[in-house]
Amino acid sequence: MATVAGTMAAPTAEGVVWSWLTTVDHKRIGVLYGVSAFIFFLIGGVEALLIRAQLAVPNGGVIDPELYNQLFTMHALTMIFLAVMPLGAAFFNFMIPLMIGARDVAFPRLNALSYWIFLAGGLVLTSSFFLGGAPDTGWFAYAPISGGTYSGSGMDYYVIGLLILGLSSLAAALNFAVTIINMRAPGLTMMRMPIFVWMTLIVAFLLILALPVLTVALVQLLFDRQFTTSFFLPSGGGDPILWQHLFWIFGHPEVYILILPAMGIVSEVLPTFSRKPLFGYAAMVFAGVAIGFLGWAVWSHHMFTTGLGAVPRVVFATSTMIIGVPTGIKIFNWLSTMWGGSIRFTTAMYFSVSFIALFTIGGISGVMHASPPVDQQQQDTYFIVAHLHYVLVGGAIVGIFSGLYYWWPKMTGRFLSETLGKWNFWLMFIGLNMTFFPMHFLGVAGMPRRIYTYDEGLGWEFWNMFASVGALILAVGVLVFVINVARTMRQPKTAGDNPWDGSTLEWATSSPPPEHDFDAIPEVRARDPLWYDRDHGLSQPEGDPDEHIHMPPPSYYPLILALGVLMLGVGPLSHLAVTALGVPVIIYAIWGWVLEPTE
Amino acid sequence: MATAEHHVGHHSVTGIDNRKLLMWIFLGSECLFFGALISTYLIFKADIPAPPISFIEAHTHVENGHEVVTGWFPVDRVIDDVYINEDGTFREVEFAGVLDIPITSQSTFVLLMSSVTMVLAVYGAQHGRLLSMKVWLLATILLGLIFLGYQVYEFRLFGSEGLTLETNQFGASFFVLTGFHGTHVFVGVLILASLLLASFRRSGLGPEAGFHVETAGLYWHFVDIVWIVIFTIIYLIPA
Ligand code: HEM
Ligand SMILES: [Cu+2]
Repeated sequence: MATVAGTMAAPTAEGVVWSWLTTVDHKRIGVLYGVSAFIFFLIGGVEALLIRAQLAVPNGGVIDPELYNQLFTMHALTMIFLAVMPLGAAFFNFMIPLMIGARDVAFPRLNALSYWIFLAGGLVLTSSFFLGGAPDTGWFAYAPISGGTYSGSGMDYYVIGLLILGLSSLAAALNFAVTIINMRAPGLTMMRMPIFVWMTLIVAFLLILALPVLTVALVQLLFDRQFTTSFFLPSGGGDPILWQHLFWIFGHPEVYILILPAMGIVSEVLPTFSRKPLFGYAAMVFAGVAIGFLGWAVWSHHMFTTGLGAVPRVVFATSTMIIGVPTGIKIFNWLSTMWGGSIRFTTAMYFSVSFIALFTIGGISGVMHASPPVDQQQQDTYFIVAHLHYVLVGGAIVGIFSGLYYWWPKMTGRFLSETLGKWNFWLMFIGLNMTFFPMHFLGVAGMPRRIYTYDEGLGWEFWNMFASVGALILAVGVLVFVINVARTMRQPKTAGDNPWDGSTLEWATSSPPPEHDFDAIPEVRARDPLWYDRDHGLSQPEGDPDEHIHMPPPSYYPLILALGVLMLGVGPLSHLAVTALGVPVIIYAIWGWVLEPTE
Repeated sequence: MATAEHHVGHHSVTGIDNRKLLMWIFLGSECLFFGALISTYLIFKADIPAPPISFIEAHTHVENGHEVVTGWFPVDRVIDDVYINEDGTFREVEFAGVLDIPITSQSTFVLLMSSVTMVLAVYGAQHGRLLSMKVWLLATILLGLIFLGYQVYEFRLFGSEGLTLETNQFGASFFVLTGFHGTHVFVGVLILASLLLASFRRSGLGPEAGFHVETAGLYWHFVDIVWIVIFTIIYLIPA
């Protein structure tokens, strides 16, 4: 094939490594996201275990205070930005085109670009451990400790890493918003879309609107650190509270970015294994949209102790309590979905049912500190740590595991072992409750968060030891999952198209799906299309075996462009020459990208 | 035949092309980006203690036995006042406006005109008038560059008067806000220049010329509108 001057020939499919490096197939990108994010999840887990080892006994001597600060900061950053968000992205990538009956996302190369930029950001952030120390200010990097006076180069890695990761998420969110709005199969109206697709759409818009605010905050922090401005430094006339506002205007929508994908997964799993359509579909959609809107009006509940003044405190307390209402609607809808259903207790179902219980605990403690006087007692104690882990581990992670067990046969053609799955579930369930429930007690007993050790005689010994044992059990549970995956992937592919009798379009194609997803574009006649077809004796259109389905060819340019972005970012961390070198790389990649034939 | 549907990326439920929809949503994101920068500027502006000396103080020297403070005020207005210090001495304060509204009005006018030429370029592209498209694209690029020239001039002038990023909160938020806007204009110039260059190929901009120019135009107009907001807030609304 002729190539335009200065561009590369389109990569051929030969060579396993190159085919993965140049892939633009949404399913493969989903796998890349999933595997990378899971590795980061394990890294974040090791960081957590080190923290728990240090806190298991009073005056522990496992790690020194400096490293401890780096560990809790990097643990949070890793779990939020490198594990839970990209695990969500893995599901978006793999499932969304299948669930809306499309052959790929709207912009396949942009999709690959999102992944490679994500990887670049993850590497920048994580490499800080070995290059002069990781960020150590807590994940929200309050000023003035995030300024040059009090923190070292780790903060620069924080700023650059998060800027790069933000770029990745923005590109992905734009792609999925367009895909969901524009690429749905005939008949798949908005109010027939699976809830998981709805939640993805809401997450995409939250990202699109929240990330630029974080970007501005990070840029200003960068200027404070590198160019001696004082946006956030009171010594120079700046305003540290401004950082808190900007951070949490991003930060609270971010917590919904973390939880909504899991809520979407649970909303798919519960109907399938209750053999009943989701209860209150429309209410579910509107509750999700309401959360998406209200999520913008509550950020200052993270700042009740900064002296906001009476009126803002009342306003933000009220809005925070109101956001519990749509959340409650969802919980009751999930319960009602199971009510009267014929329930199959698969591992996926175990995880989804426990999601409801665990998320509710986190939601209730959330509403508790929505009250400013209560929050003044709880802020910066282990009570907050308990809250956020019930929503993030009990909510997001448990929901993601449910999705893994549910969609594994679709993604690989193989079933994860149910026996090991139950071990996996119970170990994780017991472990996480042992770890995080006592943190409520510790918080109320006055144990502050982010302390590297404590004295004996404060009454905190027992529950700390208890929590550390729980963390170990949780870790064993995750290990069982890894073993389950390793064993499963050596089994033959036995899963049929629709092994669970699911109702949504991804189950209308083979497991794993062919490269072009569907032989013929599916038709949707009702909500829960496959159940409608089954009950009305209808079937999905058959593909014409002779037809050549045209898929976008693989491309080098996403990888090269991501490399350029990485160089741009590494410059301020090492030598600005790297940035200067990155510019031609980016120009070259964009040039090739634009001129590359995509048909 | 439904072959078109079998090409990934060409299917559209809403009838809006995927790429244009992407641009629209991206501009939504940009609103929040500039919104955050503008808020920062406004917050620091509201923080100015009265009289605004600590905010913008530049040079202090002793003249005829009393302190003279000279500096500039963000808005075009002259302060010439005498304050009594706590120790009974007094200081004279001479503040001039650092912002030059007439000059920046000119550059604003230039940018506004570039929106007009952009519309004409889109019209040319959509109606197959390729020469007119090229001419108006070139005009838009030149106007964009002139705007950037004004901005460089303004930045250097402020610098020579002593107002830099680190001088104070006004300097920091002003330069970061208008600097990012300028960067956006620059990116727009690059996009339009690439389109112009590509239009000289044998195949021109291809069958979708009108579409490409129109989508680039969306971005260009957005950047213009943002400038109108910035200009109003920084230059026109008095402190
Ligand atoms: C019913 C819904 C929820 C309510 C009412 C709520 C309320 C709150 C409040 C008031 C705080 C601030 C506590 C403080 O710092 O003093 C907080 C902190 C937090 N919440 Fe929630 N929350 C809810 C759901 C969620 C969800 C769904 C997530 C994430 C999946 C989440 C994650 C967090 C995190 C990470 C923090 C701690 C931030 C930090 O200080 O590092 N919350 N929540
Ligand atoms: Cu919040």
